[in-house]
Amino acid sequence: MNKKTIEASAPWILLVLTLVIWQAICSIFKVSEFIFPSPYRIAQQTVEFSGVIAAHAWRTYWVTMAGFGIAIVVGVLLGFVIGSSRLAYAAVYPLMTAFNALPKAAFVPILVVWFGIGIGPAILTAFLISFFPIMVNIATGLATLEPELEDVLRVLGAKRWDVLVKVGLPRSMPYFFGSLKVAITLAFVGTTVSEMTAANEGIGYLLISAGSAMQMGLAFSGLVVVGAMAMVMYELFSYIEKHTTAWAHRSTNNE
Amino acid sequence: MSTTNFVDFQNVWLAYNDELLAQNHYAVEDINLQVKQGEFIAIVGPSGCGKSTFMKLTTGLKRPSKGQIFVDGQPVTGPLKISGMAFQAPSLLPWRTTLDNVLLPLEIVEPFRTQFKKRKAEFAERASKLLRTVGLGGYEDKFPWQLSGGMQQRASICRALIHEPKMLLLDEPFGALDAFTREELWCILRDLWTEQKFNVILVTHDLRESVFLADTVYVMSKSPGRFVVKKEIDLPRPRDLEVTYTPEFTHIVHELRGHIGAMRKTGAVTNP
Repeated sequence: MNKKTIEASAPWILLVLTLVIWQAICSIFKVSEFIFPSPYRIAQQTVEFSGVIAAHAWRTYWVTMAGFGIAIVVGVLLGFVIGSSRLAYAAVYPLMTAFNALPKAAFVPILVVWFGIGIGPAILTAFLISFFPIMVNIATGLATLEPELEDVLRVLGAKRWDVLVKVGLPRSMPYFFGSLKVAITLAFVGTTVSEMTAANEGIGYLLISAGSAMQMGLAFSGLVVVGAMAMVMYELFSYIEKHTTAWAHRSTNNE
Repeated sequence: MSTTNFVDFQNVWLAYNDELLAQNHYAVEDINLQVKQGEFIAIVGPSGCGKSTFMKLTTGLKRPSKGQIFVDGQPVTGPLKISGMAFQAPSLLPWRTTLDNVLLPLEIVEPFRTQFKKRKAEFAERASKLLRTVGLGGYEDKFPWQLSGGMQQRASICRALIHEPKMLLLDEPFGALDAFTREELWCILRDLWTEQKFNVILVTHDLRESVFLADTVYVMSKSPGRFVVKKEIDLPRPRDLEVTYTPEFTHIVHELRGHIGAMRKTGAVTNP
């Protein structure tokens, strides 16, 4: 019990410790706030501009969630297709790998030409950057079926579809939820990067404008807010994962 | 073909693909085998001698390149729903309880499939009863990872039997278990078979297991995969574990061991 409490509070302790050291360095060496603002200064600016930050954060949040939603739909469908057919796997996978290697920030100028400045490029960048892990994980879950089990089912007259629904999909669920955790953080990266060049709203835009106005405290507030949003969403999916696919995490919840 | 044979292999040859067929390279060769209704046969032989291939042929998961196979009087043309299979790995689904794992075949095989929703309670009772007979009563709602290896294997055998197949195919089902658990499961299998009299085809490495359980033991040779010895086990039934310590038993095991030893030495076929 005691050990558990320590484990649960460990990240908070580390966070506080980091902030204290950071503050101490800034105060002792009198670091200029235009170079590297202290936590106190950042907090001050966060409160001061809370209305503005909240508006930008909300914009970034829903844009990310929109892109992420598309990523789930497309990722699951593509993953399902390439995971259930050897031919589709052979055809699609190499191309997808090549696509995934492209820096998604490089798509932003192209997306601006197609969709103009605004939510279009941001949603699509969030989507492009986050669908890949979802797709790969669904496909992996579907493709790793024990041959023995397949025999057991096939001899009973099971069709491909039966095997997919009874075995493949449930098996890929832990992979799916695991991938959502990774994908949501990537989606925030996508949105923010896109907003930095192709939007007049959102945390990305805030970062750029605060930076050019030498408001370093505000810029750091923006970073903190994006990080916090990503972390909350990560924890949310982590929670959902644990409560829907407990069978896959048996070693950790000491039964 | 005759009507008294439940499984009837007539000059069956199998090459895994056309390329191997063209080179006359067969996984199993010239299998002639007649199994009576309700007979328990065991197939022993060195690794990679095509024992598992034989199982796939019998269940219709693979079609022979040459020859014909009849099961229950019908030529085998596709997967045979009257068979249940269990393997060395229990391969239970970890997200299903033991009961739901055992029920899985009923969700797939007709006619149970279409009745499944309506008769679920009845099927569940049937599965519970089967679980009780193998000593898993009270474990219905446990998940596979909460069971020991032996218990998982029992559940796996229940899954193979839930749709009351006429033929049970077991591919080294007790291979991964410790000696005591293994002997325990021998007796459970013996009792299930004595009660229900389905046909059993047991593929195993374990000669004692084959002699204890089977009516007839076949020895397979490796490359080419052929049946080289047929040994009828005339030990009286019901057999108790004690029988495994009698000289008669040991003598049969020893004889079979001799055939396998000779094969391993020469790599060639010894005539029975």
